[in-house]
Amino acid sequence: MSYTLHTEADRREMLDVIGVRSLGDLFRDVPEGARYPDLALPAPLSEMEVLQELREMSEGNADADHFACFLGAGAYNHFVPSVVQHLAGRAEFYTAYTPYQPEISQGTLQSIFEYQSMICDLTGMEVSNASHYDGATAVAEAVIMAVNVARQKRRKVIVSPTVHPEYRETLRTYVQAAGIEVVGDGNPGADGSELLSLLDQTTACLVVQTPNFLGSIEDLSAISDATHSVGALLIVATNPISLGLLKPPGDYGADIVVGEGQPLGNHLSFGGPYLGFFACRKKHVRKMAGRLVGETVDSQGRRAYVLTLSTREQHIRRERATSNICSNQALCALTSGVYLAALGRRGLRQVAELCYHKAHYAAQRIAELPGFALAGSKPFFNEFVIRCPRAVSEINEQLLGKGIVGGYDLGRDYAHLRGCMLVCVTELNSRESIDALVEALGEVES
Amino acid sequence: MSFKMDNDCRYAETHEWIRVDGDVGLVGITDYAQHQLNDVVYVELPEIGDSFGKSDVYAVVESVKAAADCSLPASGEILEVNEGLEDRPQSVNEDPFGDGWFVKVRLTDVTELDGLMDATAYEKLVEEELEGEGGH
Amino acid sequence: MTEPVIYELSAPGRCSVSLPDVDVPCSALPEHLVRDELPLPEVGEVDLVRHYTRLSQLNHGVDIGFYPLGSCTMKYNPKVNEEAAKLPGFARVHPYQEHCSVQGSLRLMYELQEQLKALSGFAGISLQPAAGAHGEFTGVLIMRAYHRSRGDTERKRILIPDSGHGTNPASASMSGFETVEVKSDVRGNVDLDDLRGHCDETVAGMMLTNPNTLGLFDEHLAEVCDLVHGCGGLMYGDGANFNAMMGIARPADLGFDVMHFNLHKTFSTPHGGGGPGSGPVGVVARLAPFLPGPIVEKGDDSTCRCAEGRDGGVCYHMVIPDASIGRVKSFYVNFGVMVKAYTYIRMLGAAGLREASETAVLNANYLQARLKGTYPLPHDRVCMHEFVLEGRVPGAPDVHALDVAKRLMDYGFHPPTNYFPLIVPEALMIEPTETESRETLDSFVDAMVSIAREALQSPDLLHEAPHNAPASRVDEVRAARQLRLRWGD
Repeated sequence: MSYTLHTEADRREMLDVIGVRSLGDLFRDVPEGARYPDLALPAPLSEMEVLQELREMSEGNADADHFACFLGAGAYNHFVPSVVQHLAGRAEFYTAYTPYQPEISQGTLQSIFEYQSMICDLTGMEVSNASHYDGATAVAEAVIMAVNVARQKRRKVIVSPTVHPEYRETLRTYVQAAGIEVVGDGNPGADGSELLSLLDQTTACLVVQTPNFLGSIEDLSAISDATHSVGALLIVATNPISLGLLKPPGDYGADIVVGEGQPLGNHLSFGGPYLGFFACRKKHVRKMAGRLVGETVDSQGRRAYVLTLSTREQHIRRERATSNICSNQALCALTSGVYLAALGRRGLRQVAELCYHKAHYAAQRIAELPGFALAGSKPFFNEFVIRCPRAVSEINEQLLGKGIVGGYDLGRDYAHLRGCMLVCVTELNSRESIDALVEALGEVES
Repeated sequence: MSFKMDNDCRYAETHEWIRVDGDVGLVGITDYAQHQLNDVVYVELPEIGDSFGKSDVYAVVESVKAAADCSLPASGEILEVNEGLEDRPQSVNEDPFGDGWFVKVRLTDVTELDGLMDATAYEKLVEEELEGEGGH
Repeated sequence: MTEPVIYELSAPGRCSVSLPDVDVPCSALPEHLVRDELPLPEVGEVDLVRHYTRLSQLNHGVDIGFYPLGSCTMKYNPKVNEEAAKLPGFARVHPYQEHCSVQGSLRLMYELQEQLKALSGFAGISLQPAAGAHGEFTGVLIMRAYHRSRGDTERKRILIPDSGHGTNPASASMSGFETVEVKSDVRGNVDLDDLRGHCDETVAGMMLTNPNTLGLFDEHLAEVCDLVHGCGGLMYGDGANFNAMMGIARPADLGFDVMHFNLHKTFSTPHGGGGPGSGPVGVVARLAPFLPGPIVEKGDDSTCRCAEGRDGGVCYHMVIPDASIGRVKSFYVNFGVMVKAYTYIRMLGAAGLREASETAVLNANYLQARLKGTYPLPHDRVCMHEFVLEGRVPGAPDVHALDVAKRLMDYGFHPPTNYFPLIVPEALMIEPTETESRETLDSFVDAMVSIAREALQSPDLLHEAPHNAPASRVDEVRAARQLRLRWGD
């Protein structure tokens, strides 16, 4: 089954038109010694068989349909309304390519324009692009942008240790050849003032996350003032669901706001595909990487949308492009746009409040368990840290046996947080499931 | 096809003009250059105080489909940039020798101007380029 | 035909989603942190559905008609792939779950790694890069890391043919390299003399697309690789055109050291309007330690709990290569895209994949043969899965490739790629793919011939095209000069 349609007769006739005798004649430029290798691939399956195989493979996994999930740490189990996949799953959207021909791509273009607008609403910023690959690469691109805004004259980047560890790793991969110095996260237990003390005239930007990786809501006003006082840009990574409730980073003077867009209507999907949202001040828009949709008119005077400011991009600037990025995560961005439009002003606030109240209820009940304690005192949104009486991996193994996926083992990334678990609660965790978690934790022996 | 020329200017082969008064030069791109580019949508200008050598890239002029480097015809320090281009980039198309100017430069070595063409020589260069393209 | 913007359909109090009441005691909100305004639209479900349904109808997609976009491989997206990715066991697992609880997903990743190795001949695969350009950046960083690991720090230049995709020099720049352009010869191959002149000990490697962006298999590929290897450089393969090569030849056998795949091109995963894609990278053995991780390995470690009771006592787990350049994104891979590519490969098998490539090449040569009498063909030789015409009509000097492209829309086709590669003026890059019938191909030829006739007889039909599309030609200058990038701008 190769989805080709020609009969033998078709092929013969086509070869005649081409003027060759056999199919092999079309491959004479391929070095003979390398031609037609044997491929070590399993025998093909019919559609029935492949679905059977995949079902068996997938049913071995502990998925959120069958397990209660209290795991967050950058990817979140939220309710996806039926309309979202129904609309984003329309073939006119997903079988289209990048909208380089605007006359027959207005569907994609307008839906991205709407997504850009809603991200601006959510983050309190003036401009949004059409998305990056994920939150981590969005942070990396934000840093590169900040260095470009400073015309390459400032090459120090300060990053808080409570920014997601994988975002910081990705950033370091991205800038390894760019002569950019990344500092600030060497001491994971450091407090905010230590971070701010690193600011100086060589700083291009400071990167913080709120709610941070440990779940705490950061006080951005002091950070914002200090960062701007040395002429650096403030980059804030954030959780878009939290913005249903909390003041957006734009209100605190953030210059660039990025984050993981997965929680907006995209399934967990074992880590991808996700999308990185990216918003900034309009005055910096020409240094921003990624696709941009703009509004214009067509030759009949009708409102129309088109990819714009393409001269920033690789297909025109080539080696001097703002980035090499060629695609965005269009379908994921469409999904997020539909999600935001479906929930709207009231619905997103409701989701955020559900997360907030359920998480605080869970925290309170867990804190009452002997052997467990809440770590940290800052306000949190829907994730919090608990000190556990045993190794987190052992607790999680026990929880799994009771149909629960437990929280994140912070000892993997923070030495001073060994034995601490990052617990996440969303609107999908019913009171019963939270009580069951508490009961299961209560059965853990010290 | 004939293009506007300005006899008070000196010209670089890369289609920039410079109009000099003492040791200060006003710089822009020629009518022929703006015609090749089509509608200009943006000009990326340097900052006041930046210094460039002769022929260094100091600005980038963008149309919808292309971005072209602009070289400074003579070494100098940027005194002023044309901020009006931010709102009206089309000035480059409409009035390339006037409102469409890019920067004002304090020249470090006025003898460099001797290596530049006058209007007549530049006009000839443009004619030759057009012939090479088959008269388009 | 315009559709209102979602904000224009908004009215206070509306919402498309019903949520339960809070079922736990409420906690005090941190009032000083709570936002006052959340200016998102408020739309009822019926209006939401109509809005996005109508928007979708303004698009052209592969499921609507022929989409011969060169270099993009717009082949049919099998629906079974979509069903597979939606299976809850795949869609609803968290990446940070204990590996024992996600063995199904890890196994799929492992098998896909092995399948891509089989197709390419490479010894190491990382599935992590999220797109082709992302894979390129990864591959170039790997080349850099390799040279530096051998103390070879003077290799600062990357060679790229003048026909190379814009992402190539952009990726090289991001990795700290200077790019050097290598000319093509009159037959569309890399100009060996020009290449020879550039090969020295400052060259880190060459980025080559093969077949190239003209759709041509380099007639001197072995010499190109020898020249670059001979001066100590590495060969990077841009795998965007791999649809011509499955079962035909393996890139590692042809002399490539590192290559990225485009799962959303060659392996039938949908383009999604511009993403998500996936750009796995394959490398020869000596570059494998530098791959980004994690990579899935298969162990029969009997001390691991998940191996118990499992057939063959197998455990799939993740490892980071010893000298990894570092991760290039968070979590692991675009897993949902992996499922689709895996499903495709499982259904086609070796014979089906080879048939796909052979038919892609057959279809392209067929179109080339039938169109070269009507439009100039700069390189008249056997092409691979795509070919480039000059989109102009002799006798109609005012008609450009853009006009031909726009007029094709009136015939129900998506235009081919326009103005790329840069080395052919008025380029139209046509890639039919293998999933098109003879009738479709013939009707495309008929349309192109008809347009050529119109160019001579009534050129305004072309200049003012498209006439039948949801929008007519848009004012791109205005879009760039008067930036309106969000509702309310």
